[in-house]
Amino acid sequence: MGEKRVGRNTIIFSQPPAIVATATTVGKKEGEGPLAKYFDQVIQDSLYGESTWEKAESKMLLESVQRVLQKANYTFDQIHFMFSGDLLNQLTASSFAAREIPVPFYGLFGACSTFTEGLALGGMAVDGGFAQRVLVGASSHYQTAERQFRYPTELGVQKPPTAQRTVTAAGVVILESDGPGPYLTAATIGRVIDMGINDPMDMGSAMAPAAVHTIIQHFQDTGRKPDYYDLIVTGDLASVGKNLAEDLLKKEGYDVTDRYTDCGILIYKPDADTQAGGSGCGCSAAVFCSYFYPLLQEGKYRRLLLVSTGALMSPTTYQQGETIPAIAHAVAVERDYPEEMG
Amino acid sequence: MGKLTREQEVYKRWANARKPKPPLLRNVLAAFLVGGLICTLGQAVLNYFISLGMNAKEAGGPTAAVMILLGALLTGLGVYDRIGRFAGAGSVIPITGFANSIVAPALEFKREGYVMGVGARMFNIAGPVLVYGMTTAWLVGLFYWLIHK
Amino acid sequence: MDYVLAFLVGGTICAIGQLLMDLTPLTPAHVLVLFVCSGAILSGLGIYEKIVELGGAGATIPLPGFGHTLTSGVIQEIEAKGFWGIFSGVLENASVGVVAAVVVGLFISLLFNPKG
Repeated sequence: MGEKRVGRNTIIFSQPPAIVATATTVGKKEGEGPLAKYFDQVIQDSLYGESTWEKAESKMLLESVQRVLQKANYTFDQIHFMFSGDLLNQLTASSFAAREIPVPFYGLFGACSTFTEGLALGGMAVDGGFAQRVLVGASSHYQTAERQFRYPTELGVQKPPTAQRTVTAAGVVILESDGPGPYLTAATIGRVIDMGINDPMDMGSAMAPAAVHTIIQHFQDTGRKPDYYDLIVTGDLASVGKNLAEDLLKKEGYDVTDRYTDCGILIYKPDADTQAGGSGCGCSAAVFCSYFYPLLQEGKYRRLLLVSTGALMSPTTYQQGETIPAIAHAVAVERDYPEEMG
Repeated sequence: MGKLTREQEVYKRWANARKPKPPLLRNVLAAFLVGGLICTLGQAVLNYFISLGMNAKEAGGPTAAVMILLGALLTGLGVYDRIGRFAGAGSVIPITGFANSIVAPALEFKREGYVMGVGARMFNIAGPVLVYGMTTAWLVGLFYWLIHK
Repeated sequence: MDYVLAFLVGGTICAIGQLLMDLTPLTPAHVLVLFVCSGAILSGLGIYEKIVELGGAGATIPLPGFGHTLTSGVIQEIEAKGFWGIFSGVLENASVGVVAAVVVGLFISLLFNPKG
């Protein structure tokens, strides 16, 4: 193997792909949250003019793709692959959107870790010379996820404080072999970790060990310390999982408290509907694309480690009493092109 | 499902001990209040039917029907889920919650059609209540018959 | 006075349900099943009738009241018809509620869409 790999799980891109543009579409509740002003588009109606919520989610992804192409001034012909995923059975939100997108398509399932899974794979395709330009996207939708994983949306049940609300959002980026930064410089691919949590209303506790495993693996593989990064951002551990992750990292000798946040916490004002915070593929995708991406461009942050986290269960498995396996993938995004390679 | 390993047991115990607990006092009070109010409303409906000349037993069915209609209507209007967020068991346990548990999936799966969607899914949540309620009553009846007849 | 008692008895039954939901791993669906079965059994033991005498609608509107309705129908029918009353009695008194729920449920789903 060449010099693109370090350690057990990590890729260092030899020619880091540039993230040249991003686009987001989010739902009303997300549009009322603390990040409201950063999103490209906020839809006011969860159906977004469609007859079903599933169609609405596809449309949000499709429009984000169209918008990101517009921003970067590209046409479909100039995109070599699209990597995208969502939470719905058989990835219908992504593949139905891709019906309208004449680009070779990879459907990805990593539950809520899909966005960084896509970034890692897209980065490999670009750095490996298999594509000049790729689209990476992810979407989720509160109502489509709720009816598939939990209860009908009109059922009057109370949510426990560990519950999370699936974010209604789609986020898309274009990765390109050259261009202005920020750049995707490294990726650590997580393995599936199951620490025995079986409560689908407590995904933060199920996913925290996976995030911690991937973050530590990243430090070990690269020899970096937490202070290499200005910020470490997990995908959707929300308040419950973030606290656990912080403590688990500290136990292992990595104190990240002063530079650690979570997209699931950032996206909502806490209330009876959101409880611990946001979750879903769209959570880390939308928060990265709309909020962190411009901050990286401006240089407010120079190096960021984004760790999207996924709970890999289905309604069938938790009804059968199975525990919840989880996964997390980390990608390093840096404002400047790494010097030793430049 | 395999048995948990020692490491999983330890983590699970640690994580469960640290997770935020539901605000018990607030939740129980809300359930008591809302549940009590729904029942008070039920009493008013019951008294109305009694005032029409029914006895308490005869008035039970019509009262249930009115309360079901109310629960169903509030579900259709998109209000019952919000009451439920606040009241928890207070709006789940009364018969209006039974109506909510039937109407919510009926609405939800409308888009999958009236036969396989609404028709098949309507008793997604209330189905177990009927299955086990009817079976229990049947068993109680069987014992009653064995003892008394 | 009957209103106060309905409030207190109904509220108490719901508060017990809330305790079960918050303190045990039972989901709302499990609590509903538990309550309807408890109502049916307490009714067979002659206890629920006493709670109804005390609480009125406070005892009949919560789900254990539905269990009581099921059992009271069975016992009534056994007295009238003997063995086959065990079958014919289950929905004897409860059919109004069950039929109302099905019919109203269907019509509401025709009239409304889920708001989400």
